[in-house]
Amino acid sequence: MTRVTIYINGETVDEEVEDRTLLVDFLRVNRRLTGTHVGCDTSQCGACVVHVDGEAVKSCAMLAVQCEGRDVRTIEGLTDGEALHAMQKAFHECHALQCGFCTPGMIMSAVDMVRRHGAELDETTIRHELEGNICRCTGYENIVKAIRQGSREMQR
Amino acid sequence: MNRFDFKRVDSVQAAVTLLCEIEDSSVLAGGQTLIPTMKQGLSAPAALIDLGGISELREIRIEEDAIVVGAMCTHADVANSSSIRQHIPGLAHLAGQIGDAQVRNRGTIGGSIANNDPAADYPAACLGLDATILTDKRAIAADSFFLGLFETALDEGELITGVRFRHCRRSTYLKFRNPASRFAIVGVFVGRGKEGWRVAITGAGRDGVFRWRAAEEALNGDCRPQALEPLRLSIEEMLDDIHAKGDYRAHLIKVLACDAVEKLLR
Repeated sequence: MTRVTIYINGETVDEEVEDRTLLVDFLRVNRRLTGTHVGCDTSQCGACVVHVDGEAVKSCAMLAVQCEGRDVRTIEGLTDGEALHAMQKAFHECHALQCGFCTPGMIMSAVDMVRRHGAELDETTIRHELEGNICRCTGYENIVKAIRQGSREMQR
Repeated sequence: MNRFDFKRVDSVQAAVTLLCEIEDSSVLAGGQTLIPTMKQGLSAPAALIDLGGISELREIRIEEDAIVVGAMCTHADVANSSSIRQHIPGLAHLAGQIGDAQVRNRGTIGGSIANNDPAADYPAACLGLDATILTDKRAIAADSFFLGLFETALDEGELITGVRFRHCRRSTYLKFRNPASRFAIVGVFVGRGKEGWRVAITGAGRDGVFRWRAAEEALNGDCRPQALEPLRLSIEEMLDDIHAKGDYRAHLIKVLACDAVEKLLR
């Protein structure tokens, strides 16, 4: 067991964890932040994407103990209160989901994409950047549309 | 995943000491291969020594005619470094094609090279750029570093601290990727340095990454893509698996190598 201090969605969390605990399990089981999903066991699907110190990572391929002193943001911490984040709103408006399982990971990846590439994301960039996120319902058309819209809205 | 002890260190020396002291221990770099492997039960170290806290390993150092990339630099660090993009464009381009965006934010050059997966991208850059692998003990030429599938010249308890790449403005990497895993079915790194052309192939060799010396010689005599036309790769030396047959891989190598040379001459 190791004692860790992690800043999760703006809150300081100080807990003993078993060393082998994956970040995704720590978030879901210990912290009950179940918006971060597990869609595969091979770090390919991207349903578990969260931000660690502002960068998108797959929380199923990182240990909780590796997050000591770091800032972790999950889909639950994207906004303060009830109002949706611009990217969440764009996914809603563009109907960029069907079952919704991949959506939290898609949105966290999309927000990171805007951070790195700026507001004017073109379709090629979005599709290249989405390689680490798999959706088995929509065929991606509306997801790409939503990320374009969301990226523009985020800059306002 | 098996139980293990997690050890944090803040210096190379401390990491090496623990690595030698604790039986069956392993260093943890970006963890993008090691953690999934441990989840599958394919690897079960007794302790993980986390290199994430050693800040000096995350530096990109600029020398007069070379760039030293710290072992813990992520693929995203390399892909986005303005110095690397300017002086060794092929290396930055290669790093930007590894895995996916999230993997590039965590995966490291040191981890990739130490693992020497036969389908990994970085080993091709090291061979194609005549790089030097720096460890806590010595400097190893890339030509003597990659020994076979998942095998390297590293001794027990030896740690990669960085990789020195000499500037090579004319360098590029083309990759035919497996659409599911994003690993290279064939990856071709081509560089034209002071000592002539280098062509390094990953993903395809039965013994892992290799230099296609016949192509290098041909290009040193005639630097057009056509120079590669008459060459034949030995199909027996190609990987042959469910992803691609040996003859298909041999064919892809030539096609990609010609494209890469053409791209560099443009």
